[in-house]
Amino acid sequence: MTSTGLVLGDAIMRATDVNKSFGKLHVLKDVSLEVRQRETVCIIGPSGSGKTTFIRCVNHLEKIDSGRIEVNGSLIGYREKEDGKLVEDSERNIAKQRAQVCMVFQRFNLFPHKTALENVTEAPVHVLGVPKDKAAEDAELLLRRVGLGDKCDTYPGKLSGGQQQRVAIARALAMKPALMLFDEPTSALDPEVIGEVLTVMEELAHEGMTMIVVTHEMGFAREAADRVVMMDDGRIIEEGSPEHFFQAPEHERTKQFLSKIL
Amino acid sequence: MLVAADWHIIWSRIFHPNGPFAHALWATIYISIVAQVLGILLGLVAALARMSRFLPFRLLSGTYVLIFRGTPVLVQIFFFYFALGLPNVIHLGVFNLTAEVAAGILALSINEGAYMREIIRAGIDSIDKGQMEAAKSLGMRSGLAMRRIILPQAARVIVPPLGNEFNNMMKTTSLVYTIGVYELFADAEQGYSQTFHTEYFVAVAFWYLVLTTIWSLIQASIERRLAASERGDQLSFRERLFAAWSPVTAWGRR
Repeated sequence: MTSTGLVLGDAIMRATDVNKSFGKLHVLKDVSLEVRQRETVCIIGPSGSGKTTFIRCVNHLEKIDSGRIEVNGSLIGYREKEDGKLVEDSERNIAKQRAQVCMVFQRFNLFPHKTALENVTEAPVHVLGVPKDKAAEDAELLLRRVGLGDKCDTYPGKLSGGQQQRVAIARALAMKPALMLFDEPTSALDPEVIGEVLTVMEELAHEGMTMIVVTHEMGFAREAADRVVMMDDGRIIEEGSPEHFFQAPEHERTKQFLSKIL
Repeated sequence: MLVAADWHIIWSRIFHPNGPFAHALWATIYISIVAQVLGILLGLVAALARMSRFLPFRLLSGTYVLIFRGTPVLVQIFFFYFALGLPNVIHLGVFNLTAEVAAGILALSINEGAYMREIIRAGIDSIDKGQMEAAKSLGMRSGLAMRRIILPQAARVIVPPLGNEFNNMMKTTSLVYTIGVYELFADAEQGYSQTFHTEYFVAVAFWYLVLTTIWSLIQASIERRLAASERGDQLSFRERLFAAWSPVTAWGRR
């Protein structure tokens, strides 16, 4: 049972000893993490600790130098040669894997030349081959679910930040992903619209979506996370239930970080 | 002096154009359009080659721009006409092209492609890289993402300089007169050489001005439409007309 009352399934995402450097900067140091089906994991930590880089690796938006990341049992971004070495996979396979792991970005990255509805239908129609009218029906439901049923024909430029981020969430949901990644989804938002985005995310967590959320919103971590992971200087230094984390953190660095942010 | 000019010649060239003139005008129009369209396609291919992971493609694209942007278009026109040795008449389905027209179009479009590559590349570069990431994270392959997400947005950045390129193209076609294509300038030159009336050049300048003015109206309307689709609103006819005369406000209003 999770803190949100759901029964966890098998591991959806398994990262093992992931290392990643940008030039001389070693940003991920032997990061290992397992996320189970229906679990919501929040990654917290100071800027530059490697949180965002890590989830970008899970979507293969960044290459990794060593280690492996698996989603639903298949290796992400790489394939294994007979001698056990990993080589980057073909673009076709990478795209296929990405279709089941969707990312919600800090800056939304909605397609500005498409309406809210078209943003949501774009990938189902052109990647999954869903018929247009079926995709439009589904998209309308999804937009209604994130509270934007009346904004189907609106272009992103006319939506507030909070509305745009909710469209981005609907866009990711339309792919029926096995795993959703959130990269600081509220960091670029005005304070008064953060709540509406977090509410949608909390609902998703309670409905059993498997999510990895990089966030500074401790309220959300406390409310919706099954597990909180603290990263510092490219390493996972502590992980545990939200209760453990916010009441009795063990690591000195975690205490320090939480005292500054809470 | 223009005051002492034979206005009759100018008026008649403007209001009563003759048969050969119509032929020449048409030649200028279709050579410009065909060369520009081919130039855009070449530029697109070269721009994509420039971004390719495959080094030889990048080198090829770089060499292409180096050569064709670095040498005079007149030299290129002569080269394609005299060095290629095209047959006198080229049959392309229902169209028949003379060797002069074919060489002219070839030279102009290859030259244009080199400039278009830079314009298209700049357009693609101007799109936030988050757009490509979002498309990829939704499972799109880069070709699909380019076609559905990046290029439609880059078009807004590409269209204004593209409009300038086409404006230039319509005037540059006058150079193919040198290899014997009967187009607007050849028509004027012929009038002049028979009569020594410089008024023919005034009249032909007027016709170029008509072409470029019509184009700037069309261009402004395209730009407005691209900008409008992004803002998601429609513009009145009056606004569009106003925008046509004021390209600066067409962009400043965003």
